Amino acid sequence: MARSYQDLLASAREQVPEVQVADLAARRGSGDDPLVIDVREQAEWDEGHIPGSVHVPRGNLESRIAGVARPDQEVILSCASGNRSLLAGITLREMGFENVSSLAGGFQRWKQSGQDWTVPQRLTQEQRSRYSRHILIPEVGEAGQLKLLDSKALLIGAGGLGAPAAFYLAAAGVGTIGLVDDDVVDASNLQRQIIHTTDRVGMNKGESAKVAIQALNPDVDVNVHPFRVTRDNVIDLVSDYDIIIDGTDNFPTRYLMSDVSLMTRTPLIHASILRFEGHASTFLPYDGPCYRCLFPEPPPPDMAPSCGEAGVLGVLCGVMGNIMATEAIKAMLGIGDTLSGRLLIYDALDMTFTELKVRRDPDCPACGPNAQLEFRDYDAWCAGVHRATAVATA
Amino acid sequence: MSVVRIPPVLRAATGGEREVQVDGGTVADVLDALYERHPAVRTQLQTPEGDLHKFVNVYLNDEDVRLMSWLDTEVTDGDTLLILPAMAGGAAAAR
Repeated sequence: MARSYQDLLASAREQVPEVQVADLAARRGSGDDPLVIDVREQAEWDEGHIPGSVHVPRGNLESRIAGVARPDQEVILSCASGNRSLLAGITLREMGFENVSSLAGGFQRWKQSGQDWTVPQRLTQEQRSRYSRHILIPEVGEAGQLKLLDSKALLIGAGGLGAPAAFYLAAAGVGTIGLVDDDVVDASNLQRQIIHTTDRVGMNKGESAKVAIQALNPDVDVNVHPFRVTRDNVIDLVSDYDIIIDGTDNFPTRYLMSDVSLMTRTPLIHASILRFEGHASTFLPYDGPCYRCLFPEPPPPDMAPSCGEAGVLGVLCGVMGNIMATEAIKAMLGIGDTLSGRLLIYDALDMTFTELKVRRDPDCPACGPNAQLEFRDYDAWCAGVHRATAVATA
Repeated sequence: MSVVRIPPVLRAATGGEREVQVDGGTVADVLDALYERHPAVRTQLQTPEGDLHKFVNVYLNDEDVRLMSWLDTEVTDGDTLLILPAMAGGAAAAR
């Protein structure tokens, strides 16, 4: 006997109870949050849906339901007007789901009655075009690009390492970039700090970088922090960001950023440069080693010349800055293997990459199980007051 | 013969040499041979008591000798000993 659509709906309505919009809204309002499965098509879901609902198109319901709900769990099905959800209810009942109901009037009635609803975050047409080479990579895709747009990176220093790192992170569409630098652009910076320009000599480096980033990618919000990081401002600063990219040239800041990375459990991307050589690593708090596991103590000042004293090959900064940017992007996306547990050494003169193993130090005074981590006077510590004799004989 | 790789900050003490080939059966022997060739390196790496400074890491191939047998770690022909002081270079900005 042939049965019409209306016949099917009528019989479904007898077997699958209906929930009214007002009742569901009241339950959600009181903190009772039953699972709502939206069985509409992708395009309908994309135009808006009930916040917190799970999307399983009706065509995939049988194959996907096991990953979403247990048969003994309460399930409220929803569609556009409350018909497809009734028919989907029959399917779930056949699969052994006892506590299935259908939202009467569906999403349309939900919306019309003034309940809250959301539109999923999507890339705009311009963004799809701008980031198309990212979107083509399966490990990134549209979801990954949205993650980058939602990520916040803090760069300590907008100089040799920070300039190329910030430039490429901005191009990649990292949504928020913070630049900490109290210095101004100098003509001697332009040999390597490619985010700055000749006509911006004298401008704060963060401000100068902001000009370049805004011209490159309007998707990026740039926060300029034109001061020095200190133990007094660093926690507030870091807590607004997902990741720290440390490209400073001095040990007090290196150790300060390592300690604050642990205190706030913020991943720290590290690189340093001198002449033809670069070091890079990634420190994931309490997951891998920290900077102090690698270098428990800073060298005395005479063993630690800065690039201002010893020089640096300009292009080396591009390589190392972009290794940092690469590590940051991978960490933001949660893909690949980072340099956690490894120190990468790049020798530009030999054109060799050497990798050293970095282990977590069980007695590390910063991240070990017995560590009592607190800020210290980093300047005094790094000036080597406590080992004056060693410095004097060196 | 094993190879000792000299970091940029120590090259003034080795007359600019980037790699030094020396003999030695342990890390201590290799370092002694290095000091004999380039005496100025000794004070950069060692305390007056003869220990390595804490801010200097030494790797035998890719492994920190602190996690092996320290200065007694055996070195065989063809091994590379890498001296690694911490390096801070980057932006001269935040402090």
